[in-house]
Amino acid sequence: MTPARGIGRLAVGFAIFGYVFLYVPLLIVIAYSFNDSRLNAEWVGFTWHWYEVLFADEQMLAAAGNSLLIGVVSSAIATVLGTLAGYAMHRWRLRLLPILVVTPIAIPEILTGVSLLLFFVVCNVSLGLVSITLAHVAFCVGFVAIVVRSRLAGMDESLTEAARDLGASPWRAFRLVTLPLIMPGVIAGALMAFTLSIDDFVITFFVAGVDATTLPLQIYSMIKIAVTPEVNAVSTLLMLLTLLLIVVAARVSPGALRGE
Amino acid sequence: MALLEIRDVTRRFGDFVAVDAVSLSIDAGEFFTLLGPSGCGKTTLLRMIAGFDQPDSGRIELDGRDMTGVPPEERNVHTVFQSYALFPHMTVAQNIAFPLRMAGCPAADVAPRVQEALDDVSLVGMDRRFPHELSGGQRQRVALARALVNRPKLLLLDEPLAALDAKLREKMQLELITLQKEIGVTFVYVTHDQEEALALSHRIAVMNKGRVEQLDQPQTIYSAPRSRFVADFIGECNLLDCTVQSSGDATLQLDVDGLGGVRATGPDTAKGRTGQRGTLALRPEKVSIARELTAADCTNRFAGKVFDYLYTGDVTLYIVEVDGGRRLEVMLPNNAVGRSSKFFEPGDAVQVGWRDDAGHFLED
Ligand SMILES: Nc1ncnc2c1ncn2[C@@H]1O[C@H](COP(=O)(O)OP(=O)(O)O)[C@@H](O)[C@H]1O
Ligand SMILES: [Mg+2]
Repeated sequence: MTPARGIGRLAVGFAIFGYVFLYVPLLIVIAYSFNDSRLNAEWVGFTWHWYEVLFADEQMLAAAGNSLLIGVVSSAIATVLGTLAGYAMHRWRLRLLPILVVTPIAIPEILTGVSLLLFFVVCNVSLGLVSITLAHVAFCVGFVAIVVRSRLAGMDESLTEAARDLGASPWRAFRLVTLPLIMPGVIAGALMAFTLSIDDFVITFFVAGVDATTLPLQIYSMIKIAVTPEVNAVSTLLMLLTLLLIVVAARVSPGALRGE
Repeated sequence: MALLEIRDVTRRFGDFVAVDAVSLSIDAGEFFTLLGPSGCGKTTLLRMIAGFDQPDSGRIELDGRDMTGVPPEERNVHTVFQSYALFPHMTVAQNIAFPLRMAGCPAADVAPRVQEALDDVSLVGMDRRFPHELSGGQRQRVALARALVNRPKLLLLDEPLAALDAKLREKMQLELITLQKEIGVTFVYVTHDQEEALALSHRIAVMNKGRVEQLDQPQTIYSAPRSRFVADFIGECNLLDCTVQSSGDATLQLDVDGLGGVRATGPDTAKGRTGQRGTLALRPEKVSIARELTAADCTNRFAGKVFDYLYTGDVTLYIVEVDGGRRLEVMLPNNAVGRSSKFFEPGDAVQVGWRDDAGHFLED
């Protein structure tokens, strides 16, 4: 066996190991959500029971509704702002903006959570859905901006100029030429923002206040007692939603997932 | 009045002067070419005409109107980009319809005008294709159709044929000439290819280091270059250092280093300035070569030896070492000797000669 082939096999081995670690736990969660037992210990038999429990759980449904609402609103706002920021960073060689945009990504979440909490208290923003949404927008904008900017960097500069040259105002050139061409990046950014928002725990934990709760917070408060199969069921649905989003994104803009 | 007036335009990038006090006056209906080596400022000048960039000083007038501060979309000028810049998410028809839509053309008129434009560039039936489904030549035509569909006053073309292979380039050159004549739009054409410039243009501005070195018709540029740079850049040329000995009515008597006395034409300003140093520009195809020159008009005659030759199919380029030690390039069309293979071998004793009006004196 040549060294190169040995390294190749090692790489394949690591890859398999990695994927096993990634996906087997997920498969276990899915399987146990259909397990007719209170314990996540052994397979007893198939049941829809935990889904019935889940859909009867008012608190859980309220939390899920909040999460979806916050996810949609915050990712929509973050996508618009992030796209503008990405465009600005590309169009003008700004020094400060990239730092402002990228830093929140690098800052530890716990710091962001604490500082946002302080900020909201200082500004008298009541803690609840609005504060959570604002916080999510804040940490998602940077991700969208970076994706959009890299998409713009790969775009032929002369296309926008050609649009202007052929009679388009700056806004029309952006809307008719630049935006459609960076759309895969915008959609990828929106998707990223939505998933970041849906499963954020740390920052949300700080800025949620007492009344509002989101899915991750609710799940966390439940597993403090015990991991019931109801958590498995809600996790399975969450996975399904994510998968659906990826499929939709792939349909809407086939290049988005491949980063084209 | 000229359609486009460029008055003393300068553009700097930091300390670097990309366009240096250029003044040009371009008439309506003209096929005007900016010719120069890469980096001499052609694109920079074109971008200022299009409105993508602003001069640091000087001004550009289109149709008598000062274009300072006028954005590209408000100039009646369209550009054919070197990369074509076709919108990849639009079909051919949508690309061509774009300027019509921007100009607020009634929806009912758009389709027929797009068809007409496709017809102009022989692309009928391609309207539903996307740019990536077209060949280089076809993309080029779409770019032309799109830029011309709403008949701008002025069309700017930045090395539009540079990406095409030689055969296609020649074909497109002929089509460009026909198209320009048919629609009568003024073309400002940028190229670094001197053959292309000579073939296409009514007038050529030869640029070097941001300046216009010479502005003339192609024939004049070729036969009477006004500087060493122009002579060297356009076509093949022997450039020989020399001194003016005396001047007559039509000709100058020169003493060429390493060669001897030569009679040549020169600019009027050089007349009578005995002792002035300069360059003799002599086109290789104006020099005759034979074992024994018989033509009476070859008044400048030198004996020498064939040093080497370059066979290129239609012509053979000989390098002849004249007895004084100078090497001259001499071009001989292969049909002139009645055979397609070489005629002289290295080492052959030959005579070279040319008429008094073949050589051209350039002041330094
Ligand atoms: N935006 C710019 N910033 C700095 N230098 C530039 C810029 N645009 C052009 N230049 C410089 O100006 C010179 C002329 O460029 P250009 O007009 O593109 O030349 P050409 O089209 O004749 O090849 C080049 O040396 C180029 O590096
Ligand atoms: Mg150029």
